[in-house]
Amino acid sequence: MDLPVLDHLFALTGALLVGLGLCGFIVLRHPLRQLLAVNVVGAGIFLILGGLGRGGSGTDPFPQALVITGIVVAVALTAFGAAMILRVAAEPAPENRQAGEDAGETR
Amino acid sequence: MTAAFDILLCVMILGTAGAALFLRDPLAAIVFLIVLGNLLGLAWLTLDAVNVALAEIAIGAGVTGVLLILARARLVALGDNVVCEPMPLWARLGAIALCAGFTAVLSCVVLSITPDSGLTARIEALMPRIGIENPVTGVLLAFRAYDTLLETFVLLGALVAVWSLGPDTAWPHPPAALRIFDPGLRSVAGAFGRVLLPMALVMAAYLVWAGSDLPGGAFQAGTVFAGGLLLAAIGGAIGLPRADSPALRLVLVLGPLVFLMIGLAGAVLGRFLLFPDGTAKMLIVTIEYALAASIAVTLALLVAGSPATPDKQD
Amino acid sequence: MTWLDYAVIVLLFTGVFFYAAGSLGLVRFPDASSRLHALTKADNVGLGLVALATALHWGSPAIAAKIFAVWLFAIMAAGMTAQLLARTAKDDDEARDPP
Repeated sequence: MDLPVLDHLFALTGALLVGLGLCGFIVLRHPLRQLLAVNVVGAGIFLILGGLGRGGSGTDPFPQALVITGIVVAVALTAFGAAMILRVAAEPAPENRQAGEDAGETR
Repeated sequence: MTAAFDILLCVMILGTAGAALFLRDPLAAIVFLIVLGNLLGLAWLTLDAVNVALAEIAIGAGVTGVLLILARARLVALGDNVVCEPMPLWARLGAIALCAGFTAVLSCVVLSITPDSGLTARIEALMPRIGIENPVTGVLLAFRAYDTLLETFVLLGALVAVWSLGPDTAWPHPPAALRIFDPGLRSVAGAFGRVLLPMALVMAAYLVWAGSDLPGGAFQAGTVFAGGLLLAAIGGAIGLPRADSPALRLVLVLGPLVFLMIGLAGAVLGRFLLFPDGTAKMLIVTIEYALAASIAVTLALLVAGSPATPDKQD
Repeated sequence: MTWLDYAVIVLLFTGVFFYAAGSLGLVRFPDASSRLHALTKADNVGLGLVALATALHWGSPAIAAKIFAVWLFAIMAAGMTAQLLARTAKDDDEARDPP
């Protein structure tokens, strides 16, 4: 079985992952889920980079290095995103604080 | 025969990604993201990219999974009162249509590029000058060392950003303790953590050394040791340090600093990040060990989170 | 195909069978404790068989030692997590319907 699309199998999967993650990022509303969606988009981009690097003489090491760098940066930014979500959850919403101040002023 | 395996793997990757995004239960979604990371590691192995497989499973599945589960647990403890406005149906359908169109365009673009191991031959030709045999390590630490240097600073910057997100009263206290509350559970995890930590150190040291010629490297090694540190912290075997502890700050900047110093020394000799002939392997291994130490502590602290006020720790 | 290759194939298939049995138990058993029972025991036996097959396939003692170390760590980690999960599940069950 030698379908012409098999060469691009992993790169196509990566493209589908990017689309899936993007759709999830737009449609899902909870910030933690959006963080998951960003991770899926990142995974898709890495698969595209790596999947297009497999040729006749083994896999190209250059995209591999780029993907390793990307994975590390992705985890750093996921940690930052999670810390932001936790901080937003820990603070009361500004509308409540505003309502509290207005109620205090109209005393 | 391998074609059937590849197709099955890709179908499973897409299935777990869909589950990670669209399952109702958030914890199940996070678990499916971890499974996705492992399946992606398997995909990298199929693509003959063993270094990337190690990094993906350790960092993409391992560290990201622990990070998200911890964030979810802390969010639930805070009451999970994050505001989520629902989306009207027409907006959802429009978004799905838009993403489907974008995916179609991206797939056509991807299909138009022929897979090609473009730079493999040129990199293989240059490897004997450096003296190491792992081409990915060569690219990371010799040919594109500048990118790796900046990446280490990005890690450090992310940690500073996470630290800055704590409440003002919490600085510079340690993050909220990762220790399991229940003493019975904590002793189980603590016993394993105490046993694992020195073994993780040995594994990390071996991975850095082996990374010169076999798959491995500083990032994978740092992550293995970070995993040992996190498990020891969860079991109560080690505590989390204060943010202004000088020993901690030294370890955090050790990797980037050593890398930068070697780069500037190269600038004195001719060009920034120049490795003189014959010294390349020694310099690369030195940089990698320093980087592994910094990466381990940075990743563990990234997972541990922002500083917490002292009454929240126990 | 030497007898070694046949042994590797048989071990691999048996290992995969144990994994399948463990996963079937995960899906079919009613509560957390029995699921953990099926998972930890069946999956670790399966891992041991797959590890043995891999060690036989590669043949070198150094690689076999590394594979054995991997199996050891996997068993220790599985044992620890099964303990934690089982105790937490028991606490949850007791909290839900007190004895």
